[in-house]
Amino acid sequence: MNDLLALWDYDFMRRALLAAALVGVAAPLVGAFVVQRGLSLIGDGLGHVALTGVAAGVLTGAAPVWTALVAAVAAALAVEVVRTRGRTSGDVALAVIFYGGIAGGVVLLSAAPPGSSADLESYLFGALTTTSAADVRTFGVLALVLLVTVVLLRPWFFAVSSDEEHARAVGLPTRALTTTLAVLTAVTVVLSMRTVGLLLVSALMVVPVAAAQRTCSSFAAVQVAACAVGLFASTGGVVASYQLGTPPGGTIVLLALGIFAVAGLGAALRPGRIPAGR
Amino acid sequence: MPPENPRVLPPPPASAPLLQFRDADLGYDRRPVLRSVDLAVAPGECLAVTGPNGAGKTTLLRAALGLADVLAGEVHRATPRWGYVPQRHSVAAAVPATVAEVVAVGRLPLAGPWRRWAPSVRRADRAAVAAALEAVGLADRAGDAVARLSGGQQRRVLLARALATESPLLLLDEPTAGVDALNQQVIATVLRHLRDGGAGLVVITHDVEALAGVCTRRVEVGDGLVRPAPAHPDLVPAGVAR
Repeated sequence: MNDLLALWDYDFMRRALLAAALVGVAAPLVGAFVVQRGLSLIGDGLGHVALTGVAAGVLTGAAPVWTALVAAVAAALAVEVVRTRGRTSGDVALAVIFYGGIAGGVVLLSAAPPGSSADLESYLFGALTTTSAADVRTFGVLALVLLVTVVLLRPWFFAVSSDEEHARAVGLPTRALTTTLAVLTAVTVVLSMRTVGLLLVSALMVVPVAAAQRTCSSFAAVQVAACAVGLFASTGGVVASYQLGTPPGGTIVLLALGIFAVAGLGAALRPGRIPAGR
Repeated sequence: MPPENPRVLPPPPASAPLLQFRDADLGYDRRPVLRSVDLAVAPGECLAVTGPNGAGKTTLLRAALGLADVLAGEVHRATPRWGYVPQRHSVAAAVPATVAEVVAVGRLPLAGPWRRWAPSVRRADRAAVAAALEAVGLADRAGDAVARLSGGQQRRVLLARALATESPLLLLDEPTAGVDALNQQVIATVLRHLRDGGAGLVVITHDVEALAGVCTRRVEVGDGLVRPAPAHPDLVPAGVAR
């Protein structure tokens, strides 16, 4: 116990835990809508594109968090346009955007100064020690904006996520709502990239929701429970990662998957369980 | 059992048509599916829209909802909000949601994000959701996950969501298709009460018999046109219906 409390004495650990806590709450909060819309892997794709933004930051000397945010938001908006116009096969168009993003990132980084590749790895897989105080402040502002937006627009996001055609039919501003959700998803990706890494972003958006939906029957309860699971997995994963010397991203996701497995087992053993994924 | 006394919508202030198509060409991407549609739905009227699959019935409804293009002429709704029951057999989605959560979506057109925090708005929302569920006979299922309900009950949830708008105009796409006799009876009872309360209804259906005593008029969609259909034994005149 003393060892755990001693972790708080380290500046880098405090920053890592704060960043993890922000991500742990924010990712499932937005993830519930993403899963409801059947776009569970969009965070993964936006993470690919955010890599181009990171590379642009590394090359130009700008803060990679902001350049990644610009790239991820641009990609999220492009996905939204493709999805709503529907002239090209949706998954093909998304694949073009996502693979273009990761290819662009790899090529741009090849022109970066020597030593940049180690930095890249920290964005791909997460890194405890590289979260700066400025990063934490940026993440704090982004998470606050995200939280306020979700709390304010939660019923509308639920409406467009569960039945977009009905929402449009009764006159709700569906385009503005889905665009806002897309931007929030991009923000979540950027929030998560230091903690779990761009390649595992989707996991923190989806797995806590998947665990929560095994045990809850209302959307509101799923969101609250998913945030609790996300918070526990992300902060617990950071601590475990430090203690075990394992990569934080993978450790956090494995912990979340463990909770998912336990929740699934509990739901299977419970009589009259709710059918999932109908 | 069907509800004995479901809450009905308040009657509209005037007897002018709630929905009117004036010489309208309707379609998608500049391609008309229906031409020269002249149609009006008055308060207290239930219009049945029939016709073969692919004839354009849903296009007519979607144009009324603003989801299909009006290529010529005019489509006019005389009410700021309206209820819509889509042709879906299930409301269950990837993440569980309760019956009350789904029905509450029907309240969203009434107040924006800031007004929704007002206690009076929240009270009105709760009361409207409860009344809508009472009307469709699902008041005791408000807290259940919709995925637990049968297909017919889920259609009633969709109807309750439309009722929660408290609008005088309801548009329904095949509300009784694939629904057992008991659920059909509940849906027909609710629609009859709405009509008698002065609401205007447009119902796409393949089965006018399932809505016997509810619909007051029928149009047939076919060959790109909407035509008045001959009298049908299950139709009731609007005046008599009241």
